[in-house]
Parts: sequence; structure tokens; C-alpha cells
Amino acid sequence: MFKITTDVITGAEVREAVVAQDAGAVVLFFGTVRNNTAGRPTKYLEYEAYPPMAEKKMAEIADEISDKWGIHRVAMIHRVGKLEIGEVSVAVAVASPHRKDGFEACQYAMNRLKQIVPIWKREVWADGDAEWVKPDAVFFEELPERT
Amino acid sequence: MKVTVKYFAVCHEMLDRSEEEMQLPEGATVQTILKRLEEEWPEIAEFYEVMQMSVNWEYATEKTELTEGDEVALIPPVTGGSDV
Repeated sequence: MFKITTDVITGAEVREAVVAQDAGAVVLFFGTVRNNTAGRPTKYLEYEAYPPMAEKKMAEIADEISDKWGIHRVAMIHRVGKLEIGEVSVAVAVASPHRKDGFEACQYAMNRLKQIVPIWKREVWADGDAEWVKPDAVFFEELPERT
Repeated sequence: MKVTVKYFAVCHEMLDRSEEEMQLPEGATVQTILKRLEEEWPEIAEFYEVMQMSVNWEYATEKTELTEGDEVALIPPVTGGSDV
């Protein structure tokens, strides 16, 4: 399951998408809306996505995980629209025979999601200002070569 | 040829529209679209360094050639997920 949604994410949707008889571990990650960025209070966040491309890129990340770890059961869901503090913006589930690979693959999935999946976050500050979030410097180093 | 161009996040905000159809000459590339947008929004050039483009849901370059019916998008730096 690779999905962009406007619905509340519970985690059940991604867990159920990956459970398997031969899996000894299901690693589940939730990204949640924090009440501040670098100490500045956040009122809420707005997420926007390019859904068909985002879902395609999520599926590609799962293919990468399949190549690297031989793990074939990965699910990702990302919510868009207005999200309040504490709500879940993204959930990733990875089912694997053993937990070590599952944790690594889940971490990898989130890192890649933040690099190649077209989703954008707009921060609305408690003081009323709002801005589209710029990624950190690491992002720019990892951009594909441009010609 | 006619293509659809989509704008997201900061691009959507700056251009004040989320998508449009563009009539382009034969042999047009992604570059053709960027040049045209630059006339309307000169500051967009500052974003080119960090912005990516896609054609039919796949990352592309300025040189990527376009064909009738393509879906092109301007992709500002992505910031999905959470900061953990």
C-alpha cells in the first residue's frame, strides 16, 4: 500500500497491508506534528502532495528495500491537508523475518521519502506567519545531478 | 503540441494557479516551459537551482523532450514526512 490520503492515519491500514505469516517483526513508524520548530511555536501544518507521482515514488522506495534487504512487505501512507499538533502525518510499516532488517529498512524508507517523494509542508506559526518549509542542507547534497 | 503543467507548494502560491495547459512548438523541452514561466515570474530563476521537474511522474531535466499530452510538474524541494 502506497497512498496519499486526507483521512486520519491510525497505523492499522499500513500494518494490515504488510502482515505476513513468515514475518517475525512488523516495524511501524509514525511521523507526528510537533508543536515547535527550533523553538518557534507551531500552530498547525498543511501538507500538499502530487498524489500519483508520490505514490509511484513510494513504490520505488519499496523496490529499493526489496533489493537491499530482500524485504518485500512495505507500506507507506502520507496525509495531506491541515494537520493539528500531535496528529500523524506519515506512517510506514515494514514486515520482515527479523527485527534488525526491519528497523533499518523502515529508517531507510523515511529517509528516502523525505528526498524523492513529492510532498510539501507549510508551517503556520502560532504568531500568524506561514511559510513553505525548506529542506535542510543535507537534502541539497543528495539531489540528483542536474544537466 | 499541448501539455499540462502542474505547480505545487511555493510555485502554486507564486503563480497563483495549480495547473494549466500550455501550447508548445514541436521539439519543445522542459526548458521551453521554464523560459516561458520566467517571463511571467522572473524570480522563479532563483528557484531553478533547487527545483526539480517531472514529466509523467518521473524526475526529468531541462533537456527532456516533450510530446503531446505530457504531464509536466515543477517540483520544489520536497519536505514530506516529519523532522525526526
